[in-house]
Amino acid sequence: MGMTMTQKILAAHCGEESVKAGQLINAKLDIVLGNDITTPVAINEFEKAGFDSVFDNTRVNIVLDHFVPNKDIKSAQQSKQCRDFANKYDILNFYDVGTMGIEHALLPEKGIVTGGDCIIGADSHTCTYGAVGAFSTGVGSTDMAAGMATGMAWFKVPAAIKVELKGSIHRPVSGKDVILHLIGEIGVSGALYRSLEFVGEGVKSLTMDDRLCICNMAIEAGAKNGIFPVDETCEAYLKGRSQRPWVKYEADADAEYERTVVIDLDALEPTVSYPHLPENTHAAKEGVDIAIDQVVIGSCTNGRIEDMEAAYNILKGRHIAKGVRGIIIPATMAVYKECLLRGYTEAFIDAGCIVSTPTCGPCLGGYMGILADHERCVSTTNRNFVGRMGHVTSEIYLASPATAAASALTGHITDPREV
Amino acid sequence: MNAKGPVFKYGDNIDTDVIIPARYLNTQSPAELAAHCMEDIDKTFVTRVKAGDIMVGGENFGCGSSREHAPVAIKAAGISCVIAKSFARIFYRNAINIGLPILECPAASEAISEGDVVSIDFDTGIITDETTGQTFEAAPFPPFIQNIIRAGGLMKSIQEAK
Repeated sequence: MGMTMTQKILAAHCGEESVKAGQLINAKLDIVLGNDITTPVAINEFEKAGFDSVFDNTRVNIVLDHFVPNKDIKSAQQSKQCRDFANKYDILNFYDVGTMGIEHALLPEKGIVTGGDCIIGADSHTCTYGAVGAFSTGVGSTDMAAGMATGMAWFKVPAAIKVELKGSIHRPVSGKDVILHLIGEIGVSGALYRSLEFVGEGVKSLTMDDRLCICNMAIEAGAKNGIFPVDETCEAYLKGRSQRPWVKYEADADAEYERTVVIDLDALEPTVSYPHLPENTHAAKEGVDIAIDQVVIGSCTNGRIEDMEAAYNILKGRHIAKGVRGIIIPATMAVYKECLLRGYTEAFIDAGCIVSTPTCGPCLGGYMGILADHERCVSTTNRNFVGRMGHVTSEIYLASPATAAASALTGHITDPREV
Repeated sequence: MNAKGPVFKYGDNIDTDVIIPARYLNTQSPAELAAHCMEDIDKTFVTRVKAGDIMVGGENFGCGSSREHAPVAIKAAGISCVIAKSFARIFYRNAINIGLPILECPAASEAISEGDVVSIDFDTGIITDETTGQTFEAAPFPPFIQNIIRAGGLMKSIQEAK
């Protein structure tokens, strides 16, 4: 029986010739990751268990991104605990205010994660790194603690769903529309415990920022991971960036897939997920009656340079609607600086938006854009659960940067092709 | 090991943002987390829950964030076991790792109602709805996971293996 890409990476990391779906394995980890919310709990577990060294100080990554610059005293204490731990164990990739970015934008940008890696991160959106051809999955703090101590983690080898992309993408349609459409098709538990393997002729029309966005939201379909093949586009991205040599895995011709979902990129429309689940998808053009109070463009899903460019293309020389609050958050300091150099920041400010340094803040209702009762937000983030961004009666509409920017201009949900 | 208590029943896709909203993630204290457990969908949960009570959910229980604070909050609130049709995979790992008993049992999740008194025999996986007299059997954990549970969580099991 052949193996999928995911299964081949897992086999290589547990020292087996082959593995099959359902098999429990203990796998060697290339990268272990945590943030300012999950790492403190991991540190407590690590210390309680009496460990006094990490398995490899170059492979443990701690990124302060959720509540920094710190929003309150308790958050500051959590950051301090991470900082002290990073100093004590000489953690090479520790990112604090000034160098930090949102973890899932930062690690690929810096070439810390690469093709063929086996990665765990104490953050559910760790699945993002499937875009560079890695097996990468979110875990909790205790798994992070065990990973930091031993460099190993247990996994159940996932069965797979093949997502076949046909045709090619037409801007302003983007990776966000692809993944929202897919979640709408299969549902928020449609890929539970499974890997989502993206293949087909349409892959080559997707940029790396599209692929990072698509894999980022694999978890919103319940998937263990999402993964793209390492093709020319990916290798061009990794070249000169990847800190380690990458390994290219290809699925066997007779690999087993539980089902195949076909997406015709030529026919794909700007898509919006209505409250309160990412699976409640609608065409953006149907949203004209939905008035909004706030727009957020940023996050680990859509805070990369192409996302900023998509927003700029729509906002430049114009002004957002009266009564709409526009919040734009480049995901890393490099993206932040690039926005300045390219004149995006000036255009955003002239359009009536604010531009913040990197933070996860509003996405999870932390700070920097909390919603009041019955307020509505079009957001390029990844979850629209009850109360996720603020009051339990507030509403989140998930969309691409282009759709979010277009909606900011009109004050209601708007298809970006119509502005 | 056994559990017995009245049931708090919830629907499908109970996400970690409603189990413990992110605005409380600036603390790691189980008691503080428990004080806000489920408050965005059930304001009275924390005032009604007693040690030993049981929570029943539908499909994809615990979906969303990887926050271990979610099973910690449920456990610290006093819940002795969560039964669901299916669990989101990170929540499933986290529950095992921190020692919150969970059982996957679609039939029990369908049949059990809010307020029913339910008893659970963890050795056999038998779930009994004492209110209706119905019994259900949950699929047992694979031996590998039983070892983690027996050791008292993931960290203890890797210490044993050291």
